[in-house]
Amino acid sequence: MNTTPGNAQPPARSAAVSVTDVSKSYTVRAGEDVLALESVDLDIAPGTFVAVVGPSGCGKSTLLSLLAGLIPLTTGKLTIDGEDVVKPHPKSGVVFQSDLLLDWRSVLDNVLLPIEIKKLNRKVYIDRARELLAQVGLEGFADKFPSELSGGMRQRVAICRALIQEPGLLLMDEPFGALDALTREQMIMDLQTMWLRLRNTVLFITHGIDEAVFLADRVVVMSPRPGRVDLDLAIEIPRPRRWNEVHEDASFQRYVRQVRGIFEAKGVLVSH
Amino acid sequence: MPDLEQAARASVTARRAKKRSSVSMGLETFGSVGLALIVLVIWQFAVPLLGLSEFVLPTPWAIARRMVTDAPLLATHGWYTLLEVVAGFGAAVLAGVPLALAIFYSRVFERAVYPLLVALQTVPKISLAPLLVLYLGYGWGPKIGLAFLISFFPIVIATVVGLQSLDKALVNMVRSMGASERQTFFKLRLPAAMPSIFGGLKVAISLAVIGAIIGEYIAAERGLGYLQLQANQQFDTTLNFATVVSISLLGVLLYFGIVLLEGKVSYRKESAT
Repeated sequence: MNTTPGNAQPPARSAAVSVTDVSKSYTVRAGEDVLALESVDLDIAPGTFVAVVGPSGCGKSTLLSLLAGLIPLTTGKLTIDGEDVVKPHPKSGVVFQSDLLLDWRSVLDNVLLPIEIKKLNRKVYIDRARELLAQVGLEGFADKFPSELSGGMRQRVAICRALIQEPGLLLMDEPFGALDALTREQMIMDLQTMWLRLRNTVLFITHGIDEAVFLADRVVVMSPRPGRVDLDLAIEIPRPRRWNEVHEDASFQRYVRQVRGIFEAKGVLVSH
Repeated sequence: MPDLEQAARASVTARRAKKRSSVSMGLETFGSVGLALIVLVIWQFAVPLLGLSEFVLPTPWAIARRMVTDAPLLATHGWYTLLEVVAGFGAAVLAGVPLALAIFYSRVFERAVYPLLVALQTVPKISLAPLLVLYLGYGWGPKIGLAFLISFFPIVIATVVGLQSLDKALVNMVRSMGASERQTFFKLRLPAAMPSIFGGLKVAISLAVIGAIIGEYIAAERGLGYLQLQANQQFDTTLNFATVVSISLLGVLLYFGIVLLEGKVSYRKESAT
């Protein structure tokens, strides 16, 4: 198992993702079909951190739900490690917009939920759960209940829950959207630290351009109605990246401007 | 300006202090127990002062003494009432929870049975008591039947509402881990519905006591309801009151039994943060 920080070699368990010409339409109440995604292509090499950025309604969350195996696709092909995604893939872990912790379970039991559901031996994973909690600064909180935790702490627990099995593919759906600016900044840094240890494949959905560019190896920009990929940008900033320094970095600013340029061209952002 | 403000504040504090009598200060400390004691003491002394006979209104002390001397009698009848309540309520749980599951999981039950059930809830169950006697006779039947009927609806409805109010995102969360519907039910749906189910059980257990007592009023040879009617006919108002207190104690006992069980199997629902 590769857990050395800064090591660029992805562990063998990192998953490869392939999205080929995928469209997804929903039938709304009036009987009309609404196209949420239109012929999206996206190939992700194992161990790559991909951020998908776009305004609300661009179908980025739909893309994540498809990859999580939670909803069926309309047309196209979608695979994880070459296997068609028809149900949740055992290699994938999901972090949702809200923490979705179970109030009646302790922090530790929340982190161990996937282990119970997959009927694995709990005892084997207890140490790993405690270690994960310690990594996000929650070592003393294993026996506390979610109601005793702040919003940021709760989302940290949710991340630990998704990471308990070292998922080959981590899907994150605007995980920091509900947090205050300071907590968010800290979480972004912590996520990078954890990812540098794990080096798994990540699909990170966000509407924050700066967090996308800061975290990702690749930033995929999507535009709405219907959702499609407008730009696929490789981010070549050495890691570990430091939030303050990177913001002053000329290449970082150039990447951010490029993404904003797309939004302005598409009328998502209007400059007056 | 600060001086003026300070003076105003001081005068408010002074006024508050003046208003606080020893009675209200005592009530703040001892709360509802204190208030109940005050009412009982007033009652105790008002009866002889107003020259009321024990037949019209017995003193609390007389009722308490009667409860001690007639404890075996009250306990014997209380035991029968307790059995009727537990049997009726137990049957309501055993029938109500599975029916609620059927309503939750089956379209047919949700569309056909549930609306009918809600409509039937408007029937005052008490009015069915004479019919139950007609069909089930004078034994256990009508009492258990009435306790069942009256506690059944709140259990079904609380369970259905508890199951239906689950956040869909939570279901997606456990499904993303590969959970089967069986696992989703036991790890998510049921524990999440527990606070609502227990809300229903608490309402139902109090209603079940009413059901059993009404059943005993209609036709019975034992039970606290029967004993109370006997006391009434014999103009034994003290025993009448003693029965009322016993019925209340029975209800409180059962209610706290449910609360105790809730603490063991359910979680305390926090308000949304």
